Amino acid sequence: MTSGGIRRSFTAWAALALALFGGVAQADPNPYQLNMQRGASTWSQVPYDLNNISLGVCVVIGVLVFGAMFIAMFRFRKSRGAVAEKWSHNTMLEIVWTTIPVIILIVLAYLATGGITSWSDTTGSQMTVKVTGYQWKWRYDYVDYLGKPISKVGFMSKLDTQSDQTRQLGSGMDPYAVKVGDENTYLLNVDKPLVVPVDTKIRFVITGADVIHSWWVPALGWKLDAIPGIINAAWTNIREPGTYRGQCAELCGQDHGFMPIVVVAKSKPDFAKWLAEQEAQSAAPAAAPAAASTAAAPVSAQTAAAPATAK
Amino acid sequence: MSHAATHDQHDDHHGAPKNFFQRWCMSTNHKDIGTLYLVFALLMFFIGGSFAMLIRAELFKPGLQLMQPYFFNQLTTMHALVMIFGAIMPAFVGLGNWMIPLMVGAPDMALPRMNNLSFWILPFAFTLMLSTLFMAGGGPAGGWTMYPPLSLQSDSLAYVVFAVHLMGISSIMGAINIIATILNMRAPGMELLKMPVFVWSWLITAFLLIAVMPVLAGAVTMLLTDKYFGTNFFNPGGGGDPVLYQHIFWFFGHPEVYIMILPAFGIISEIIPTFARKPIFGYKAMVFAIASIAFLSFIVWAHHMFAVGLPMGAEIFFMYATMLIAVPTGVKVFNWVSTMWGGSMTFETPMLFAIAFVILFTIGGFSGLMLALVPADFQYHDTYFVVAHFHYVLVTGALFAIIAATYYWLPKWCGHMYSEFWGKMHFWNSVIWVNVLFFPQHFLGLAGMPRRIPDYNVAFANFNMISSIGGFLFGASQLIFLGVLIHAVWFSKKKATDRVWEGAKGLEWTVPSPAPHHTFDVPPVIHDDELAHGHVND
Repeated sequence: MTSGGIRRSFTAWAALALALFGGVAQADPNPYQLNMQRGASTWSQVPYDLNNISLGVCVVIGVLVFGAMFIAMFRFRKSRGAVAEKWSHNTMLEIVWTTIPVIILIVLAYLATGGITSWSDTTGSQMTVKVTGYQWKWRYDYVDYLGKPISKVGFMSKLDTQSDQTRQLGSGMDPYAVKVGDENTYLLNVDKPLVVPVDTKIRFVITGADVIHSWWVPALGWKLDAIPGIINAAWTNIREPGTYRGQCAELCGQDHGFMPIVVVAKSKPDFAKWLAEQEAQSAAPAAAPAAASTAAAPVSAQTAAAPATAK
Repeated sequence: MSHAATHDQHDDHHGAPKNFFQRWCMSTNHKDIGTLYLVFALLMFFIGGSFAMLIRAELFKPGLQLMQPYFFNQLTTMHALVMIFGAIMPAFVGLGNWMIPLMVGAPDMALPRMNNLSFWILPFAFTLMLSTLFMAGGGPAGGWTMYPPLSLQSDSLAYVVFAVHLMGISSIMGAINIIATILNMRAPGMELLKMPVFVWSWLITAFLLIAVMPVLAGAVTMLLTDKYFGTNFFNPGGGGDPVLYQHIFWFFGHPEVYIMILPAFGIISEIIPTFARKPIFGYKAMVFAIASIAFLSFIVWAHHMFAVGLPMGAEIFFMYATMLIAVPTGVKVFNWVSTMWGGSMTFETPMLFAIAFVILFTIGGFSGLMLALVPADFQYHDTYFVVAHFHYVLVTGALFAIIAATYYWLPKWCGHMYSEFWGKMHFWNSVIWVNVLFFPQHFLGLAGMPRRIPDYNVAFANFNMISSIGGFLFGASQLIFLGVLIHAVWFSKKKATDRVWEGAKGLEWTVPSPAPHHTFDVPPVIHDDELAHGHVND
């Protein structure tokens, strides 16, 4: 059936377009991905929408302005016998093309302001995780969950061994062979991911231990610098269980490109189970490595200072 | 020189000194110093470009193939420092040196000896900076922004700081000279609002330079004392604040990016009317737009810092201020298009580069507007989207304007026409490959590739390879430019007329081609019809 064929090919194109521009169904990043991902948190839609709207506005203005230019270049060529006119002013036109951009900007500013306001509000969080950037790994310390302080759950998170071996100069190993299941995780996998629950407002307090880093998981919709001496705060609320990957986004020395971030979002019961296991592990005296890695455990005074910087 | 006492000075008017050392090293002539600046900028353009080629070679495919990450970081840092302070800025100063006296009818720059000094500082500054690449600890690797605490880990910090001091001194002297020339040396009748837009753009740029170069010097000096003299300006362990450096740096840094684009606006405003054979649309609006962009540049610096965790009020203020810049910039683009509308256009190489400038710079402006939106910037920040953005405004913006200006005024400088065929070859190759180079970087950034990384996940492989291929070919295309220049200066048989271009207006076209060593010994008489922008009274 012709119409069925058309419908099928239309669906196929739509799916492809959605995959390229929307990037929802697949894990990100994916090859030939053209647009920002929609993300997986309650807030990540904000930058995605702003990106699409502002891109749309720019495309429309671009088509109009460049269109006028190309028409001018075609119509007013000397080789076509065009004679130059003498005018060099048009007050009405100048007022119009000053006013219209102002109106467009006001609309964009309004949308963006709403986005900043909701992003800045870290109140009412049900969980706190302290993130510390090191040259060149991350440290995660669980501070509290559902109003209860968590003691001694904290660990370093660094590039996984397979990526680390492959990325050495002259290793002769193939980056395409670094996989978890079907997904290529070259430089995007860690030895121990950050595990968090879904449907929970999680407050991150972020700082740096040596130089400035930046904690960025694109699926959460934001990045925030990890600065020594300063504690930044941000929040997320992940909608769906899954594995979300990101990277350090502030130049921090030779291995800046090799300190990825992996966030594993689990359902609330699964997370509670995981947390209990971790607490049991750190409580057990045999868990010496875990105890060593909590040497730089959070100082409650620092986390208490966090809301001040968030305002 | 010793015999050149006051009476013998008149001999100079017959031409340039024959002795090579006297002519070039001891020159006080604005044209010769302008040439020195331009040749220096070209050299630095190729050095900085070779760093870019190495960067793109390493990024050609995933996995490290060529270099250690630390050397990669040195390359990205040096590429930026060389291109910004060595290529783009000196090229504009060179164009200003050559053309401003000719455009305002002055016999030379106001302070010719300082002019010589401000140029000859530069080769020493860059020797100092580039020499660090051959030292044991390597060159600076903390990015051209030199954020502490990372930059304090570098062994070559002192070299870079002193090199930046020298460049700053050079820029300030150049700026003082340009202001003094424009304000004091204009021919009678060349009122401020009759000056070519290029002169206006440089006047405003020079004020920006004087305002912000000392700020940069202060910031890097604080880095120096933090590292070597036990101060703690930026060290939280001693009560300092790393973010303070970013505020100071970007208070310099944002006006700096306009220092690199305002003279380009001026150049394009000269070239488009010439080849459209129609006066510039809205002359006063153009001047006012440049001035308002310059003013706004002082109150938008923190848009480079949206991800450092600023207070919400600050993010909102800097977002609004940044978005405002779109208005005067838009006015400029609309005015250029209106200048073309109703004209009688021809498309010689300078015009082709100017048209490419308007389109591609505007694309860079669009991504700039997107970056201004704070929530979206939380995603774009420090990704390849930003890399694409600033290369669109600096390569297809500032650099294309410099190339356009070179083709436009080259016949006036050397007295011969360049090869139009090879000029167009250079144009088409540049404009195609620069887009293959930089456009896919938007996609990489949106997909989540951070900037300043030597290696990446395989999902980014396709566009990186395309970008690298574009990069190599764009780099190779610039060798055509070198060939065109060498041919025009030494081998071209085609004499340039005084007017050079049919539609050219302005005082610089009233002197012979090549411009004699000394021009406007007697102030010219200004005819309003001769001015590039036509009548401004109506």
